[in-house]
Amino acid sequence: MGAKATRVAFGEALTRLGGENPDIVVLDADLSKSTMTEQFAKKYPDRFFDLGIAEGNMVGAGAGMALAGKIPFICSFACFVTGRFEQIRMSIAYTRANVKIVGTHAGIGIGEDGYSQMAVEDIALMRSLPNMVVIQPADAVETERALEYIVRHQGPVFLRLMRQKTEDIHPPDYRFRLGKGVVLRPGKDVTLLGTGGVLANALKAAEILAQKGAEAQVVNVPTLKPIDREMISEAALGHGRIVTVEDHGITGGLGSAVAEVVAELGRGRIRRVAVEDFAESGNPDGLYRKYGLCDENIAAKALELLGE
Amino acid sequence: MDIPELKAIAKELRVDIIRMLVEAGSGHPGGSLSCIDMLAALFFHKMRHRPHDPHWPDRDRFVLSKGHCVPALYAVLAKAGYFPRDELLTLRKLDSRLQGHPDRHRLPYLEASTGSLGQGLSIALGMALAGKSAQKDYRVYCVISDGECQAGQVWEASMAAPKFGLDNLCALLDYNKIQLSGAIKDIMDLEPLLEKWRAFNWHAVEIDGHDFAAITRALDEAERTKGRPTLILCQTIKGKGVSFMEGRWEWHGKAPNHEEGERAIQEILAQT
Ligand SMILES: Cc1ncc(C[n+]2csc(CCOP(=O)(O)OP(=O)(O)O)c2C)c(N)n1
Ligand SMILES: [Mg+2]
Repeated sequence: MGAKATRVAFGEALTRLGGENPDIVVLDADLSKSTMTEQFAKKYPDRFFDLGIAEGNMVGAGAGMALAGKIPFICSFACFVTGRFEQIRMSIAYTRANVKIVGTHAGIGIGEDGYSQMAVEDIALMRSLPNMVVIQPADAVETERALEYIVRHQGPVFLRLMRQKTEDIHPPDYRFRLGKGVVLRPGKDVTLLGTGGVLANALKAAEILAQKGAEAQVVNVPTLKPIDREMISEAALGHGRIVTVEDHGITGGLGSAVAEVVAELGRGRIRRVAVEDFAESGNPDGLYRKYGLCDENIAAKALELLGE
Repeated sequence: MDIPELKAIAKELRVDIIRMLVEAGSGHPGGSLSCIDMLAALFFHKMRHRPHDPHWPDRDRFVLSKGHCVPALYAVLAKAGYFPRDELLTLRKLDSRLQGHPDRHRLPYLEASTGSLGQGLSIALGMALAGKSAQKDYRVYCVISDGECQAGQVWEASMAAPKFGLDNLCALLDYNKIQLSGAIKDIMDLEPLLEKWRAFNWHAVEIDGHDFAAITRALDEAERTKGRPTLILCQTIKGKGVSFMEGRWEWHGKAPNHEEGERAIQEILAQT
């Protein structure tokens, strides 16, 4: 099993796809060494544009390039690019511009830099736009497959990537299907729905639960929008116990998306594991423990449901 | 405080910055070292502030818009007596008040929470506007970075300040010529920079940002300038004081290890 950050897998795959599709252009905002677009920039310097520390302008320029027939990837830390929400809302989403928004360094897992560089509202923001597709891959192979899909997809996409390394959780022949969850572990008592790097903790939580005699199903939800209603319905109408897990704020992310479906179904109970405050600087493991994204807390939430 | 004293203090502060970053294992040395002389001149020479009474309503305000360089500000605040110097070594650790970027909720001696570049000058502008409209005579100082001047919001604030005649506002621009991924002139050139601020109706002066006589003179001149804000374009060196960091983008956002830290401290202490 390899360990690689999804942003690194993205940088490699983007460079490869850039060779296959001359319409791909990349815009960055002084973070190409961190978003990993540097590799593309070196290989295709005439298709790479660094706009400096000016993310709002990057959003608009990306929209303009899309309207002129290109497939622009606009890249920065997720907090800074989705922080230009009104520009995205108007110039990309409402305009129906075929722009691919790439936000790296998502979540509190970035650690020491602290809240100002942590994206914990980005899924909520992007999910609120009618035509925005929101994807968060959990490992390198999924990033690569998702990126291949994103290049083909007509319309705006938000791709959420992580700074820190994640273990591979999918086989090399993995197929990405938009809007579909992926069962990582079978189980009949409770379903843990996770997205991104914290899936590793959900899998560990399933181990803890197994020791306590409960069989937890673990499902990867790489597409936050459109959400996999079918898979949620199965869990809600079956055993009826769902725990969501995400490195994102408690409002508007995966937990909210699932809760919306569960509420509409009128069946099933849900617990949301997500970040409930502004978070802070610290080492990633310590932060995950303090803010409840660790395996113990995920297992505890599942046990709450199982005990009721 | 006189110039030899300021120089001595700046030396201590540089050492503190290095010690903090080594201990934290991450952070931004380059821009912290390029702005520390301005911060020292502000806090130990120019600004009216009371470490024992931090929320004194008539205090001068300071906003560090380039929030990633907060180790410089923490070093200054500790030296001024706002909190114990030992606390510096908690930088970036879980539960610390010393966040990787300024958090005024956790550390209430900070006037603003920053770290997303481009926003601080607007906040400083708001404080200056509030001061004017309340007929207070406090002044507002804001340190901005050069890369940050690529952000549109800086120019929105820049356009607004003269309109309101904010002569109580003084911005210091840390012109160290380097941003995260390379030289400013390669990423997004700012020149002619002094002329831009002048065209936006600021009183703009250019100085050597490591020369205390020049910094203090410019700060005095800013205070005497009536009817409009002052921009002090500080020509600086990123990583100033540590030879292997000076002028190198590689040291923008990388902490020195123990050995590098030791070498840096020895160099700083050996300077006259
Ligand atoms: C809006 C925003 N975009 C990107 C970043 C990431 N970032 C942190 S520091 C930095 C480079 C800053 O360079 P400069 O402004 O020149 O600062 P200095 O040289 O004084 O360190 C970048 C791009 C940020 N903090 N805020
Ligand atoms: Mg700079």
